[in-house]
Amino acid sequence: MVEESVRVVRCGGSRLNFRRALFSADSKYIFCVSGDFVKVYSSATEECVHVLHGHENVVSGILLNPNNHLQLFSCSFDGTIKLWDYLDGILIKTFIIGPKLHALFIPTRAEDSIFLTISKEEPDIFQLVSVKLPKSSSQDVEARELSFVLDYVNRSPKCIAFGHEGEYIAAVRDFYLSVYFLKKKKTCNFTLPSTKNKKNAKNRFTCVACHPKEDCIASGHMDGKIRLWRNFHDDKKYTYTCLHWHHDMVMDLAFTVTGTSLLSGGRECVLVEWREGSEKNKEFLPRLGSTIEHISVSPAGDLFCTSHSDNKITVIHRNLNASAVIQGLVKDRSISTGLMVDPRTKALVLNGKPGHLQFYSLQGDKQLYNLDIIQQEYINDDGLIQIELVKAAFGCSGTWLATVEQRQENETELELQMKLWTYSKKTQGFALNTKIAMPHDDHITALCFNNAENYEKPILVTASRDGHFKVWVLADDSDIYKKAIGWTCDFVGSYHKYQATNCCFSEDGSLLAVSFEEIVTIWDSETWELKCTFCQRAGKIRHLCFGRLTCSKYLLGTTDNGILCCWNLLSCSMQWSAKLNVSVLEPDPYSDHVAAVSQSAEGSDLFVFKPSEPRPLYIQKNVSREEVQWGVFVPRDVPGSFTSEAYQWLNRSQFYFLTKSQSLLTFSTKSPEEKLTPTSKQLLAEESLPTTPFSLILGKHRQQQDSRLNETSENELIQLPLTENIPAINELLHTPAHVLPSASFLCSLFINSLLLSKETKSTEEIPDDVDMEEKEESDSSDEEKDFTEKAQETNTTDLGEDVIHQLSKSEEKELRKFRKVDYSWLAAL
Amino acid sequence: MAGYKPVAIQTYPVLGEKITQDTLYWNNYKTPVQIKEFGAVSKVDFSPQPPYNYAVTASSRIHIYGRYSQEPIKTFSRFKDTAYCATFRQDGQLLVAGSEDGVVQLFDISGRAPLRQFEGHTKAVHTVDFTADKYHVVSGADDYTVKLWDIPNSKEIQTFREHSDYVRCGCASKLNPDLFVTGSYDHTVKMFDARTNKNVLCVEHGQPVESVLLFPSGGLLVSSGGRYVKVWDMLKGGQLLVSLKNHHKTVTCLCLSSSGQRLLSGSLDRKVKVYSTTSYKVVHSFDYAASILSLALSHEDETIVVGMTNGILSVKHRKSEAKKESLSRRRRPAYRTFVKGKIYMKQRDDIMINRPAKKHLEWYDKDLKSFRISKALDRVLEPNCVIKTPEVTVSIIKELNRRGVLANALAGRDEKEITRVLNFLIRNLSQPRFAPVLINAAEIVIDIYLPVIGQSPVVDKKFIVLQGLVEKEIDYQRELLETLGMMDMLFATMSRNDSVSLSENVPAELPEKTESPCQPGDTDKNS
Repeated sequence: MVEESVRVVRCGGSRLNFRRALFSADSKYIFCVSGDFVKVYSSATEECVHVLHGHENVVSGILLNPNNHLQLFSCSFDGTIKLWDYLDGILIKTFIIGPKLHALFIPTRAEDSIFLTISKEEPDIFQLVSVKLPKSSSQDVEARELSFVLDYVNRSPKCIAFGHEGEYIAAVRDFYLSVYFLKKKKTCNFTLPSTKNKKNAKNRFTCVACHPKEDCIASGHMDGKIRLWRNFHDDKKYTYTCLHWHHDMVMDLAFTVTGTSLLSGGRECVLVEWREGSEKNKEFLPRLGSTIEHISVSPAGDLFCTSHSDNKITVIHRNLNASAVIQGLVKDRSISTGLMVDPRTKALVLNGKPGHLQFYSLQGDKQLYNLDIIQQEYINDDGLIQIELVKAAFGCSGTWLATVEQRQENETELELQMKLWTYSKKTQGFALNTKIAMPHDDHITALCFNNAENYEKPILVTASRDGHFKVWVLADDSDIYKKAIGWTCDFVGSYHKYQATNCCFSEDGSLLAVSFEEIVTIWDSETWELKCTFCQRAGKIRHLCFGRLTCSKYLLGTTDNGILCCWNLLSCSMQWSAKLNVSVLEPDPYSDHVAAVSQSAEGSDLFVFKPSEPRPLYIQKNVSREEVQWGVFVPRDVPGSFTSEAYQWLNRSQFYFLTKSQSLLTFSTKSPEEKLTPTSKQLLAEESLPTTPFSLILGKHRQQQDSRLNETSENELIQLPLTENIPAINELLHTPAHVLPSASFLCSLFINSLLLSKETKSTEEIPDDVDMEEKEESDSSDEEKDFTEKAQETNTTDLGEDVIHQLSKSEEKELRKFRKVDYSWLAAL
Repeated sequence: MAGYKPVAIQTYPVLGEKITQDTLYWNNYKTPVQIKEFGAVSKVDFSPQPPYNYAVTASSRIHIYGRYSQEPIKTFSRFKDTAYCATFRQDGQLLVAGSEDGVVQLFDISGRAPLRQFEGHTKAVHTVDFTADKYHVVSGADDYTVKLWDIPNSKEIQTFREHSDYVRCGCASKLNPDLFVTGSYDHTVKMFDARTNKNVLCVEHGQPVESVLLFPSGGLLVSSGGRYVKVWDMLKGGQLLVSLKNHHKTVTCLCLSSSGQRLLSGSLDRKVKVYSTTSYKVVHSFDYAASILSLALSHEDETIVVGMTNGILSVKHRKSEAKKESLSRRRRPAYRTFVKGKIYMKQRDDIMINRPAKKHLEWYDKDLKSFRISKALDRVLEPNCVIKTPEVTVSIIKELNRRGVLANALAGRDEKEITRVLNFLIRNLSQPRFAPVLINAAEIVIDIYLPVIGQSPVVDKKFIVLQGLVEKEIDYQRELLETLGMMDMLFATMSRNDSVSLSENVPAELPEKTESPCQPGDTDKNS
């Protein structure tokens, strides 16, 4: 195998809520921008159908082609507009514009001209320009002739809207609403009373929307008001009405297709539908989870969707029922739990929505599920001190999950709660087992399970700033009435009242290392006796971990002032130390490698080494310009086949890390496209069927079977008339008994009616049987199919067809024989 | 979308005995009736036939009591010396008893003089029983022998000389007329078959056996002696099934509940323990005033009779349940209310629209759901809620604080309402589990109502009470801290070289002192 170079790649988890989502004309698909890609989702099944990749920078706007609704325009920061066929996921054309494009608008009436927001030379000043897209058959077309439309517009596409029939453009900025009439080339400006008056200080515009049928502009404001502007053709005679329900900034506005109602949303996480523009007539859809950032309406008018600050798109029916949720990796809050891997699903686990733990599939780039840890009503994120999920840990190969939540109002008041969850096989989810209020008197700094396999009893250790570490064990609490197990505190340890900062179990579970500020203490996990202490009077211990496999006799620690130490547990002495300002120290659970990410002024560097020798195996300088906050090794499904010594650490598991700006990165040899979409490649957008994973598995078989059935029926199958359709039987069954002739008289008539006429052949039963067999075959192949190739599958179906032919031929002969038999003896009866 | 999540009410473990089905069942007895006997009550036996009279053997008399009678309805007193083990026959007509002089006597319930006298034992007969065929009597005596007697002709049929010490207890099988077991002070329990002349089974109890009991099925044998109760599986040839050591003195008597689900044992440690016969765990325990010698349960567990060494007979009757039922019966909605709209059969063209099941919400949750914060607080400050479930009130206050609206909810109250708030604070402020939340609430109340102090004497009085409470609590905490300091010093001197065990002991006291640092602030504002 040719050794490829390993490089850092971004791996999914990009924002879905950067711009408004977009519906296809038939509302079957939802498009949304996601980093450098455009993603196509099925609106019914939430499944990602296609990922359109081709842009080299962040995609900043998408719109359907008004002339062909099966095509999609997208613009990007890389200065190009691309035209896609979204059903097949093919790039049709690329228009090269030049400057960084921030937004894209296409009024309904405009032929070939597209409006764009570009930035001028100075930063933060944006222009709206129009560009005519040249008609050319080539793939890449240059279109650099920009005609200026409006100056000083807001960067956000929410602040520009096109009026009905594309007659005017409404743009808002700070305290101004400008309406530009395209035909008259005239601008009207409307100003709201601004900062001078304290009351009006929050009058600032936030978003704008235009009525699709009438001359009416809706604008949202910082103070939660919505203004409906009319008569804006005149600078003086304009009027506006106010709608006020939101108590905080209106994030987005959208009119429905007919214009009868206006949708608005904001921090309250409530979608408000204003009917007929009146204040009284409104409907709500509350508890959408987090701040609504964008609202969009499908062209067919049957669906809405809201994009939320927690990287989620909610699809909502016209009658305000949420029908689907497309959830990406939630990243807008600080990651306090760090990155973990769920041993069961191999999903990446970190804290997501407030009070939730998210399970994120790295392969599918989508959220698997959210575990509600805090189980409390979420009000909004406006200035409230929330209960935060701060720590979490998996234990015993995923059977136990420990979580710590805290809420700190001020210095002295701290609410702490530790919860222990057990995995229930029945419900396939975590269920709360034990709730411990105030497990410690101060912040919990570390949490770890004893994951060694030879320990039948799970053990959890918590270290806290109150100077103690506590050992929690699973105790049997059952009596004759119920079976119950719960966690209780077994041991409390401390070391000279220093703050406990880290804790870690050795691989075999026999030793526990707890660091108290500058000192590392080693405890026997059987008797909880202090075995020995290591002290490096160099700084507080920041990370602590044991070596694995061949290196299990080493303990690694890093300190605040940039020293990486390795102690030998057999000789109880320092083995080696290195000057390295480590920000992430992560052991690979499947090999003896340890990854350390160091922090310097230029960027972050990655070192992979074995604790047994101070020389690193692999060094990657400058993996990221930002500080790397968390890292984790995720085991591979299929082991990699790197032969060179430098890359061997990538064979068993893959290293993922999260930077300060919360981009999830990894090391890979493949290009990001190849890596990202192993499953979605197989997805074929079907016209009629909503795409579900189930239909993907079954759909193809069904089709093959259907077509085969059709063929056979055309060739040799003539349907036996159903019993209800035979007139003689019908008569027999529906005539009252007392008027019927004697049974002996009817018998011959009845039996004759059941016989087939000369032309028809009763072959119905036979193919039925074959079908059964065939189904069984396909069922069994279904099970295997997940990992087998398509070629194999077609083989089996071919065989099946053969069987049909053979059987039916032999049966046919038999039947012909039967037909020759004389049935006249029946009449004699 | 996810619905409204109700406020999580912090639950606190209930101190004391756990309430289980068994505690409810065994506590459902009236206060015991005490009857004074002439001497230690060595045996109590219920007649298996209605009206379920019971025979009490104490000193040289046998008293027969009716179900509710406090006075004996009959007395057999023609014993020269102490009588032992008066036992009813299965039909309740005959009574057999042993005595100190070695004579076994058989009485008719209606008669007075003994019907038969079986003489043959040379020493005191401590145990007698009827066999399953009703025509024989088994007796065990201090002369180490077990004898089988024939009732019709009052002859001794057989003698077993297998025990090597006093035979003090015995029991005949209820199914097989030929089988019986005896327990002896030679630490063994032996099973005899009248058809052979040797024991058929022998188990080693380990202590002098005080009582034996055969399960109604005959498959299990229970023996007690010393502090142990042991259960033996007879069908496996006398294999020890379980050994129970729940008493701390000799277990003297055993008894089965009428359902056979519970085993009771009485002991000299003045306790009766109830075991489940499936798990052999103690599910309940009774306390008595003196050491227990005998124990019996009547039909359907209606009565528990316990005889003690001081001659007191304690009789407990079950509370009648009929009265309770009539009280709790409330008029409920008719059946058709529940099936309304649910019995409609789907027709062919109908489209079923399922409405999601409505989740039941508490009143305060309904208020909180629609942001009526003051009303929600009012609801949990109702006297009913405050007294019965203060933790609900505290949880709501905590939730309001989390929502940042606690001050709004507490403000704007009149004299009556603020008195209610203050009463709640006074009642619960010093409880460690509520203190962190309530101190915060108290500070807010003081901040809000400081300007109006002096306008209402009622409210002022409450504030002064609150101040006194806080001062008392501070003094108390100071004392606790002093004690803790002293203890620390003691520990330090005691275990200087063993620092690990020290750290284990200290945190036990820690939760006590958590609330003190916040409180001085209150008093300043108060005064």
